[in-house]
Amino acid sequence: MLTLTKTFRRAIGRGATTAPAPTTAATTARGRALETPPIDIAPNDPILAYFHAGSGAVAIDELQLDSPAVAALRAAGVKLVVPLISQGELIGLLNLGHRLSDQDYSTDDRRLLEKLAAQASPAVRVAQLVREQEAEVRARERIEQELRVAQLIQQQFLPKTLPDLPGWQIAAFYRAAAEVGGDFYDFIALPEGKVGLVVGDVTGHGVPAALVMATTRSVLRSEAPRLIAPSAVLERVNDFLHDDIPANMFVTCLYAVLDPRSGALTYANAGHDLPFVRRGAVVEELRATGMPLGAMPGMRYQEKESVLGPGDVILLHSDGLAEAHDTSRAMFGFPRMRGLMGTLGSGHELIDGLMDALHAFTGPAWQQEDDITLVTLARSAGAHGERLIVEFEEASIVGNERRVMERVAAAAQDLGLEPKRFERLKTAVSEAAMNAIEHGNHGDASLPVQVQVSTTEHELIVRIVDNGGGKEIPEPETPDIEAKLAGLQKPRGWGLFLIKNMVDDLRTHTTETHHTIELVMRLGEKGAEE
Amino acid sequence: MTTAESAVRFRDGAAVVDLPAQIDSTAEAALNDAYAAAAAHGSKTVLLNFAGVEFLSSTGIALIVGLLAHARKDGRAIRASGLSDHYKEIFEITRLADFMAIFADENSALKGGA
Repeated sequence: MLTLTKTFRRAIGRGATTAPAPTTAATTARGRALETPPIDIAPNDPILAYFHAGSGAVAIDELQLDSPAVAALRAAGVKLVVPLISQGELIGLLNLGHRLSDQDYSTDDRRLLEKLAAQASPAVRVAQLVREQEAEVRARERIEQELRVAQLIQQQFLPKTLPDLPGWQIAAFYRAAAEVGGDFYDFIALPEGKVGLVVGDVTGHGVPAALVMATTRSVLRSEAPRLIAPSAVLERVNDFLHDDIPANMFVTCLYAVLDPRSGALTYANAGHDLPFVRRGAVVEELRATGMPLGAMPGMRYQEKESVLGPGDVILLHSDGLAEAHDTSRAMFGFPRMRGLMGTLGSGHELIDGLMDALHAFTGPAWQQEDDITLVTLARSAGAHGERLIVEFEEASIVGNERRVMERVAAAAQDLGLEPKRFERLKTAVSEAAMNAIEHGNHGDASLPVQVQVSTTEHELIVRIVDNGGGKEIPEPETPDIEAKLAGLQKPRGWGLFLIKNMVDDLRTHTTETHHTIELVMRLGEKGAEE
Repeated sequence: MTTAESAVRFRDGAAVVDLPAQIDSTAEAALNDAYAAAAAHGSKTVLLNFAGVEFLSSTGIALIVGLLAHARKDGRAIRASGLSDHYKEIFEITRLADFMAIFADENSALKGGA
C-alpha cells in the first residue's frame, strides 16, 4: 500500500490546504495484500516526470533511475506500477506485486491494467475531491468552534453591568473583530468606595489571546483591592504574567483608580493607548510610562494623578478604533479621535459619535481589523451633589488676580461663609490666581486662567487651572522670616504659605499640560481664632 | 501697570506713611519713596498707616518684609496701624507681627512719642 504524502500532493498541484486524502492502489502478491509502509515521493524525484510522461504501466525492475521512490517500491515488492492520471494530473498509483503464476505481466495484462487505470482515475479523483471537501468543512468547523470558544471566554470576562456611581455617567462599548482579538475592560470595586478602571489588549487573536485576557483580568481583580496603588498593581500583574504567558505574547493595560467623590484619578500605564480627558474645550492625554505586561520581569510603572472635575470626560480605549484603515490604507488615527473628543458629548453620545465617524471614514465595505473597546466616564456638572455656581476665564495679565478674586467673591457671597472666612477665601483666591498668571502661564496674556466655583452640601470648592503642567506645584513651606529680615533670603515667597493658611483644604493636581489648584472651604463653620 | 503713591506726614517725631489702597507690585515705588523720605527726614520711627488699604497681596507682604529689613539695618522702628482684622490675622500668620508693633490706630501708635 502506498500513501501519497503531503509533499507529493503538493508536487502534483493539489493545494497544501487540502486535508490528507491518501490515494491507495491495490497491490497483491500471490493473492495476499502487500503490507507496505507509506512511501514518501519527494517533489524532485525523477520518477514523477516519468509517470507524468504518460508512458502507461511501468515495470519497476526495468527502470534505470536514480530514484529513492523506485528503491522504496522495489523494497516493498512492487513489480508493476500503473499511474492514475486525471485531467493531466497524477493522482495516484496502481501498484502490483508478482503475478500469481510467477510469469511476467504480458502485453495484454498491461493493456487491461491501463484501461482499468483510465476508467478508475476519474472515480478516484472524485473520491479524493469529496474527501478533501469533507476535510475542509471539518477544518472550517474547527476554526469556527475555536472562535466561538474565544468569543465565549471574552464575553464571560467582560463586565455584564456597569458600576452605578452617583454623579457619574458611564458607558462602555466592545466590538470583537471577526478573528476575536484580546481586548478587555473591567471595573473593580475597591475599598472606600473607589473604583478600579481597566482597559487592556492582549497581543494575538483567538483562544490563546482570550485565555491570557482571562488570566490578566483574574490577577488584576485579586491584586487591585489589596495593593490599591495602580503602579504596584501593574508591577504585580506583570511579574505574575511573565512567569506564565506564552512566548511572544504580552498585554498592554491602562489601570486607574477613581475616587468618585473627589474625582481624583490615579493611574499607571503598561504600554497601552493613552486615555483622553476633556476639560471644557481642552482635550489632553493622560501620560504615564511603563512596559507592556508579561514582556519582562521586575518592571516599574510610573504613577500619575489627575482630577476629573464637574463636566470633565475621560475616554479609555484600545487601538482598534485609532488604527482602523480606510480603503486607501489611511489610518483613522489618534489626532482624529482627539479632535472628535473635543466636539462630541459624553457617554453613549460620545461612543456613537466616534463609531459613526469611523464608519464614515472606512466606508460600508470595511472589515473590522481588530477589537474595538471604548470606555468613558463623565462627571456630571453636579457631580456627587456638587453644584457648579460659575465658571469663567481671565487672561494672564498681572492685576487680573483681583478680578478673579472679585468674581469668585460675587459668586460665593450668598453661601453663608462667615465674614472672616470670606476674607480668607478672597486672599487665597487672589494668591492662587496670581500664581497661575505668573508661574503657570508666565504672564502670557493669550493663556487663560480657568476658574470654577462650585459647592457640595458641605463645601465650597474653587478650582483654578493654568497651563503650567509637567512640573508639580511645590508643597507649601513656612517662610523663614528671620532669614528674610537679615537679608539672607529674598523677601518674596509667601503665596502658597498664605493660601494654605487661608483655606480648610488645599489640593493641587498636575498633568502634562495643566496645574489645578483646588481651594476648599467648609460651609457652616466658624472661623477659628488663630 | 499703574503705580500708587503713599503720602508721608511727619508727626510727633515719626514719619507716618499713608499707604495706598492696593499693596501689591504696583505699590513698590511708593513704599520705597516713602521710606526714603522718612529716612531723609531723620525719623527714627516709621508708622505704616493701613487705614486706607483694601488689598494686600503676598507681593505686598514681601515689600513690607523688604522695608522692615531695610529699617532694621538702619536702626529704625516700623509700626503699623489701621490694619483690618483680616490683615492683622495675616500679619500674625506670617509673623510680621513679631517684628513690628501693631496698633489699632494712628493716635495709639504715636502715643508716648516715637
